[in-house]
Amino acid sequence: MNPKRFSASQIKFYLILVPLGIFMILPVVMVINKAFKPLGELFAFPPTIFVRDPTLKNFRDLFALSGTTGVPMTRYLYNSIMITIFTVIINLIITVSAAYAFSKKKFRLKGALFNINQMALMFVATAVSVPRYIVIQETGLMDTWLAHILPLIAMPVGLFLVKQFVDQIPDALVEAAIMDGAKDFRIIQKVIIPLTKPALATSVVLTFQAIWNATEASNNFITNDTMKTLAFYLGSLSTNNTVAAEGMASAAAVLLFLPNLIIFILMNTQVMNTMAHSGIK
Amino acid sequence: MEAISTVTAGSKKKRKASVYRSGFRTFLLLFPYGLLFFTFIAIPIAVAIGLSFTSFDVINRPTFTGLTNYIVLVTQDEAFLKFVLPNTFKYALIVGPGGYVLSFLLAWMLAQIQKIPRTILSLAIYTPSMLGNVFIGVIWKSIFSGDQRGIFNHILIQLDIIDQPIQYLLSPDYLMNIMIFVSLWSSMGIGFLAMVSGILNINEELYEAAYVDGMKNRFQEIIYITIPSMKPQMLFGAVMSIVNAFNTGWIGVTLSGQNPTPGLAGQLITNHIDDYGFLRYEMGYAAAVSVALLLIVMIFSKIAHGLFGEKDEL
Repeated sequence: MNPKRFSASQIKFYLILVPLGIFMILPVVMVINKAFKPLGELFAFPPTIFVRDPTLKNFRDLFALSGTTGVPMTRYLYNSIMITIFTVIINLIITVSAAYAFSKKKFRLKGALFNINQMALMFVATAVSVPRYIVIQETGLMDTWLAHILPLIAMPVGLFLVKQFVDQIPDALVEAAIMDGAKDFRIIQKVIIPLTKPALATSVVLTFQAIWNATEASNNFITNDTMKTLAFYLGSLSTNNTVAAEGMASAAAVLLFLPNLIIFILMNTQVMNTMAHSGIK
Repeated sequence: MEAISTVTAGSKKKRKASVYRSGFRTFLLLFPYGLLFFTFIAIPIAVAIGLSFTSFDVINRPTFTGLTNYIVLVTQDEAFLKFVLPNTFKYALIVGPGGYVLSFLLAWMLAQIQKIPRTILSLAIYTPSMLGNVFIGVIWKSIFSGDQRGIFNHILIQLDIIDQPIQYLLSPDYLMNIMIFVSLWSSMGIGFLAMVSGILNINEELYEAAYVDGMKNRFQEIIYITIPSMKPQMLFGAVMSIVNAFNTGWIGVTLSGQNPTPGLAGQLITNHIDDYGFLRYEMGYAAAVSVALLLIVMIFSKIAHGLFGEKDEL
């Protein structure tokens, strides 16, 4: 386990893992290269993996495109960025408050309520898209940003992970803060958040991936095209199958993937750290 | 639920008096999460259960029809019984438990090599899981494209295995297998990372002690030390992979560009719900299918708990 140096016994693992790693990443590398290919190279046959003469033309075409609805792509980009920022921030605040209450407060039904959350880990959102549609309609949230944001705020996995971490903060620390006159808000701000950073980072990554790639709301709860998201729009683009569109679809895919990658790189060490403590205990 | 019981037992003695004063503030802390949880998770499930006993077309009021939807579902819905259900089970069993075993084996192998190559390889294996639907669609549509420009067709023609390009994504014979393949490729996500760190965190002395006690090889190492030591991570990973397997219903539709998928070959239960709910507006029936799906996921999760959970859990 976790060897410090190379030994011959590791060769067999490298023989399996290295080709596999290349196989996993190769399609991704291909599409990223494709996004920068000029038209001539897109038509080239047989297709090459790496781009020879990179260009930003595919991205420029993508931004210039306004689709059949006349809504410019920048509008979708703006929607997606704003919706994502709001969702991640609200989710973070609400999750850490609830995790703090579940871990350090005593109240009736605590065990039962946390068990319900535990059960909800196996919740399949797509199974209730129909009732969610009805809820959204009844609450008058159709065609608003809130229809994108609110369904993704309460995330059972996030609460679960953060609560596991808050559990590891000694009760004495919280009690000392209370002695010093700190109220809940200050305790969360000064004690809980600094000490649970890894779990919070993981929760942010999970929320980010869920909201940034989400198309459920745009498909089902939004009829007004100017309120839909980038993921939805680019997804609808990629059904177009001409060669030129392939270049643009690749550019779209890269554009959608980039923020995911940046967030993951920023949070990487923190995420790995959480995972060691993520067990259902 | 050891953690909860220790917390409740520990705090019972302390701060008894402040409990009542802080009761309202605790409520405030929990309220936003609770409200949204109930609005978008609990109520939809309740509505789904309620609607599943009705006939509802969105425009007229739902009319109570008793168990009709369920009876139709298990006796008359040919598409469901012949294609959707077998497809869903095949897909979910291979992608869920299969993907899970695969991620454990990969994580275990990664733990046997040095840190820097391990980190690079873990990242390479993790990357497909954060791509998102659009990227995955773009990649695999160009690889399995039906004309000669499709990379897979091109390779097979070069190798003289086939003469004519094959329409993989529109052919009922291939679609399901491609879906499973693509899902496995993109399923090494957070659960996989949890396993890697879980294995690395096992106390080294456990292994040494076991070898002293007569453990002979790597295989026994996995069975007697590795798996028991990381049960919590295993359980978390198992539940996540099952939920994930049932959640990725979009994949057949994305790859083939059609809902229903060609010959219903890639039709999964979530597509069936979409089909009835948002294309035919038979919401009552769609709700009954949703309830069936939630029950199936629950049964699978229970099995996971049975395999990896401790006795006093859930």
